[in-house]
This record gives sequence, C-alpha cells and structure tokens, in this order.
Amino acid sequence: MNELFFLQPDIISALARGLWVSVQLIIPSSLFGVIIGVTVGALRVYGNPLVKRIADGYVLVFRGFPLVVQLFIWYFGLPHIGIYLTSFGASVLGFSLCSGAYQSEYVRGAFLSVKTGQTMAARALGFSGIKTVLFVTLPQAFRRALPGCGNEIIYLIKYSSLAYMITCIELTGEGKIIASDSFRFTETFMVIGAIYLVLTSVAAWILRRLEDRLYIPGFEQYS
Amino acid sequence: MADTVPILRIEHMTKRYGDKEVLKDASLSINKGELKVLIGPSGGGKSTLLQCINFLIKPDRGRIWLDGTEIIRAKGKALYAYRQKVGMIFQDFNLFDHLTALHNVQIGLVRVKGMQAKAAKERATQELDRVGLKNHMHQYPAELSGGQKQRVSIARALAMDPEIMLLDEPTSALDPELISEVLDAIRTLRSSGMTMIMSTHQIGFAGEVADELIFLEKGSIVETGPPAKILYDAEYPRTRDFCSKITELYANSSS
Repeated sequence: MNELFFLQPDIISALARGLWVSVQLIIPSSLFGVIIGVTVGALRVYGNPLVKRIADGYVLVFRGFPLVVQLFIWYFGLPHIGIYLTSFGASVLGFSLCSGAYQSEYVRGAFLSVKTGQTMAARALGFSGIKTVLFVTLPQAFRRALPGCGNEIIYLIKYSSLAYMITCIELTGEGKIIASDSFRFTETFMVIGAIYLVLTSVAAWILRRLEDRLYIPGFEQYS
Repeated sequence: MADTVPILRIEHMTKRYGDKEVLKDASLSINKGELKVLIGPSGGGKSTLLQCINFLIKPDRGRIWLDGTEIIRAKGKALYAYRQKVGMIFQDFNLFDHLTALHNVQIGLVRVKGMQAKAAKERATQELDRVGLKNHMHQYPAELSGGQKQRVSIARALAMDPEIMLLDEPTSALDPELISEVLDAIRTLRSSGMTMIMSTHQIGFAGEVADELIFLEKGSIVETGPPAKILYDAEYPRTRDFCSKITELYANSSS
C-alpha cells in the first residue's frame, strides 16, 4: 500500500494534470522568450541610442526584479489599473518577459561576435541595414547563441514552478497539494523533481538535435 | 574635360579620425575599362580611399561622380543602388560564413536585386563557373581555400553587374601559392573590360596590368603616372624609395 501510493489513480491524474499545465506554460513562454530575446538583442546592438537605452532598461528591470515579484505584479497589481489577467496568462506573460531579458543577453553577445567584415560585405553589395541583420548577421548570431538560449529554456522549465504562487496550479502546485494532504513531503517532491528532470532531459535532447540540424562547417560549437 | 566622361570621378576626398587626417584631399578619375592601382605603405590611406568611394566609410568632404552623375546625399535607397554598381573585394574575402559558395553569390541577387530564386541560382552558377569554382559551389567558406574564397567573392561582386570594381589588397591574406589563381581571375576581369581600382603590394603584377599607378602616403596622393614612370623613373624621392624597396621584395612573386 505504502509503495503503491503514487500509483493511485487520483494521484496519477493530479500529477498528469499538473504536468500538462506546466507544459502549457513552458512551451509558449520559451517561444515568446526567444522571440523577445532575439528582437531585444538585435535592438541592443543595432538600434539607435534611444532604442538601445529603452532595450537596456527593459533588461535591467526584468533581470533585476525577482521573478516571483514580477508575477505578483502581473497578477495582483494589474487589476488596480483595471487589467485582469488569468493566473495562467499572468504566468506566461511573466515568464516570457523575464526569459526574453536573459535571452537577449545571449543574443547580444552572439551578434557582437559576428565579424564586422560580414556587415561590410553585405553593405557593399547594396543591402540595407535591416536586410543585413535579417539575412547575414542574425542567421550567424542565432547559431552562436543557441547553446546559451537552450540553457535559458532549461532554466525556464524549472522556474515555471513559480506559477503556483499566483494560483496557477501546475506540477509543483499539484505536488504541494498532494504533499500537504498526505504528509508525504519527501516522496512527493522526489517524484516531482524526477518529472522535471525528465522534462529538462527531453528539452536538452531537442535542443541538441536543433543544433545538429543547424550545423554549418566553420560554426563548430563543441569541437 | 575630354570628350569621354570618366566612369568614376572623385574630388577632394578627405577623412579624419579625431586629429588624424587619414585621407587628405584625394582626387582621381578613371575611364571605362581602365585599371588603376593604388600603391604605398600600409596605413597610407589606400583602404580608406577605397571604402570612401562606396561610402563604407563616410568621407568628411569630397564629391563623387559615377557616369557623370554626382552622388549626392548618399542615403537609403539611392545609396544601396549606387553600391550595387560599385563592386568591392576585400582583403579578408568576407564571404558570408553561414552560406555555401552558391548562396553567397545568390543572396545579393535575391535580397537586393529582387530576382527570383531560380534565375538567381542560374546566374550565380554562371558566375562561379567563370571563376572556375562550379565544382565547389555547394561548399561552405570554411571548406574552401583562401584563393577559392577570394574567387567566390569576385563572383559575388560580378553577379551584381557592377560598373566598376574596387579591390582592397585582394591577395594580401593569401598563401604565396594561392596568389596566382586570384591574380589570374583579376587578369581575366581586366581583359573582359571591367573598370577597376585596386590596392596591392604585388608591384610586379601592378606594373604588368595597370594603366596607372597611384602612390599614396600619409593620406595624400603623392604621385600618379604610368607604371614604367612610377616604378623606374618617379619624380619624388619618396616614391622612388618605396618602389625600389618593394620591387626588390615582390618582383619575383608576382606571377
């Protein structure tokens, strides 16, 4: 009976429900995070001084505020100015903006590592500034940023567990309920931890496949 | 002015960085089909002059005419259109590292000229064939030798149908063995009637193919003249000094 605790149908369905919510949080947040990161990263390198300032300010704030505090502001603070987000919506918003700030730093570094000759060659052919970024520097920078960006996605998988703090009951939230109902804290959180380990392993595998897919001679990441 | 309008004319080109004047009042003009070679010590302003011509470096002062039309307020679309007519070859090749040889040549046609991918591919293949690299067109820059890279970059510039080409020390980053294949490509280009301004230390090659040598030092054009005069009978002692030193050094490695 004792060992079979985690095989009880209601426990399994609670964990499955939580896992599903977590996945629904992680996938859009990581996608938005990458999109924001690439955009902000590009603006921080190629933008005019004002745009650079604004983008730097965004990164400063969203990397500087604790994520839980950000979530509280989106969920509990916004209603004061008449904006009501669901706990799920507030979580995705918070995760995306926070992840985007970190991603932009990897992307910025990658843009800076692209040799200036690449830009000069594009300009000499008649490329506009935007076309130069889109077709010459971004494809190179993205490949260089990928390992770092993947790292941030792995990290996002784990900080998605903060969603339960604003009542979005995902995997950790369900775990907390199971643990307090059964007083089996250690076992429950061991199981929860193991599920996160599976999630991060799957993500790492997908990211590695993506790196291999985008491989180009001369862009060795792990030689 | 003579009855032929020079294809490119620049006047009083000046560029300074802080206190340092890297280009002082440089003027030159070149007719269709001519090849003029900039010589002079490193840091003398050869690269700056070439890069000012297509506004990769913005000159502080100076005027440029292409085909008799002055290029004024070079910005935005007008600038991009002008640059298409002025091909550039760099010392470090500057091939796009993430693209195959074929795509390096194709990308300008598609993204700048707005050509259909299929037509662009055909044209790109043609240009690569002309520099003898059709068999290497699916290779990435990292898989090509320096000489091959420079030939791809020549094909890339030619595909844009430039009216004039600027070559900034096209062989300086190459192993001695690979220099000749690039020089051969330039020779072919010359005989096909392409107008070119080239900077180089390959003085033997310059003497052989150039219509005119331009000696540039400390940002100023010191002396201009036909190769025979500049190389063996220069007016200014500094030109003579430079030429005799560099001839000694490079004369035997020119071809």
